[in-house]
Amino acid sequence: MKKLVYMDHAATTPVKSEVLDAMLPYFSEQFGNPSSLYALARVSKEAVENARAQVASAIGASPDEIFFTAGGSESDNWAIKGTAFANRKKGDHIITSAIEHHAVLHTCAYLETQGFSVTYLPVDRYGLVSPKDVEEAITDRTILVTVMAANNEIGTVQPIREIGRITRERGVPFHTDAVQAIGAVQIDVTEDAIDMLSLSGHKFYGPKGIGALYVRKGIRLGNLVHGGGQERRRRAGTENIPGIVGLGKAIEMATADIPGHTAKIAAMRDRLCAGILDAVPDTLLNGHPTLRLPNNINVSFRYIEGESILLMLDAHGICASTGSACSSASLEPSHVLLAVGLPHETAHGSLRLTLGDLNADGDVDYVLDVLPKVVERLRSMSPLYAARKGGV
Amino acid sequence: MYNETVMDHFMNPRNVGEMTDPDGVGEVGNPVCGDIMKIFLRIRDGRVEDATFMTFGCGAAIASSSMATELIRGKTLEEAWEITNTAVAGALQGLPPQKLHCSVLAEEGIHAAINDYRKKQRLEPWAETARAAHEEEAGGDAE
Ligand SMILES: Cc1ncc(COP(=O)(O)O)c(C=O)c1O
Ligand SMILES: [Zn+2]
Repeated sequence: MKKLVYMDHAATTPVKSEVLDAMLPYFSEQFGNPSSLYALARVSKEAVENARAQVASAIGASPDEIFFTAGGSESDNWAIKGTAFANRKKGDHIITSAIEHHAVLHTCAYLETQGFSVTYLPVDRYGLVSPKDVEEAITDRTILVTVMAANNEIGTVQPIREIGRITRERGVPFHTDAVQAIGAVQIDVTEDAIDMLSLSGHKFYGPKGIGALYVRKGIRLGNLVHGGGQERRRRAGTENIPGIVGLGKAIEMATADIPGHTAKIAAMRDRLCAGILDAVPDTLLNGHPTLRLPNNINVSFRYIEGESILLMLDAHGICASTGSACSSASLEPSHVLLAVGLPHETAHGSLRLTLGDLNADGDVDYVLDVLPKVVERLRSMSPLYAARKGGV
Repeated sequence: MYNETVMDHFMNPRNVGEMTDPDGVGEVGNPVCGDIMKIFLRIRDGRVEDATFMTFGCGAAIASSSMATELIRGKTLEEAWEITNTAVAGALQGLPPQKLHCSVLAEEGIHAAINDYRKKQRLEPWAETARAAHEEEAGGDAE
């Protein structure tokens, strides 16, 4: 078989075999609808409640504060729209950051069309939101602050505890998109003063299309999905039992030993990152040098373009991602890379490698062998590189 | 995402490299996605004797450069001028819709190189009328 080196764990992860095993009985054997009254249904109901407890315990919440959704995007939409529409009388102002995932940014943009006003806080060159900026942006019309726990592109980990303290003090609800943070950074909703938190199963070796929203007791939140009375009348729809069971098992495993697990990944990441910066001149590291997800590398190779890097890596069986305009449907370079101040050209040449359980030391060696050659080859075709060489 | 022809021209680009003492050079940039293409021409007796390219850009941009230089080799300047982005994309057996603008870059690069040659020969540069017509054909929607 062709060699496959998967370094795109921030995009998605494979379902762990233990997770799959936990899910399998709930497709065909234990298929009961938890809303029904017979014994078969009770098994499903218990499975859901067991998973709810697993999710709660992973983030320091209590089970009745956890609501299952169809993933990170729905959780973000629910938290933001649900808060906005439930607090219309109180205010119309939302604070977020310029580098949020589109599930947050596009939801905020939608709310702007509905009469809300949104402050998009800038970030510094490392992608950090300043808690002081959050504090200064709060007005008496502010009904929500939403800042992600960790960025999906450059991996920057935000000071959410400080932001949580400020928002709690000012009495403004605080939502955080922790989709990339679960299993990578320790999160405790009580200590971090988080009011709402989004998470998604497929980012930590659980299934796709399942997620959860944590909603602290007492937080006013309108419904997003209307219909039946599931999830204590907060989120309609017959429960995705296998997905929920998988989410519970996956988050339990992902958070069992965060320091131990991340130390292993970070060691590989550090060797790979140092190796790339060493072997390839004119390469910039995007994101923060230390306050970043343990598995994330995001670099810009000057004078070349990201999609062509990906295509050549793919020809060598390496899966990665880029913030280049050419590879996006919108033909816009990554809003995150622009927000940290990269010129279009440099954003164009960005490469994201995100490591995970699928990787071993040999993969690091392999990428360190292939990647510099790919960059060299593309640079040999680049008029910008030729001009640089000629111009010096 | 790309078909085999595109991938072949991307992975094994023809005519890549800078030309020493070219008779015409055209450098064009794509405002849409930021790609940059440079076309070099050697002209003998009104024909493209040799054409090479240097490109900063995506797979479609590199493949289009490769195909465009193939298409104009041996052609008269008039024939080369008439090579449209549609012809480049067609010779590549098609490009994804969001990548068609990369083949426009190839057409513009050829035009820029030909006019650079004409200027060096103290000839009137040719006007971009042809291109405007193609765009109308294609729906005329350039943003
Ligand atoms: C930070 C962040 N938020 C939200 C999402 C959306 O999650 P999902 O794919 O589960 O809808 C993602 C996944 O790409 C993400 O990385
Ligand atoms: Zn392009």
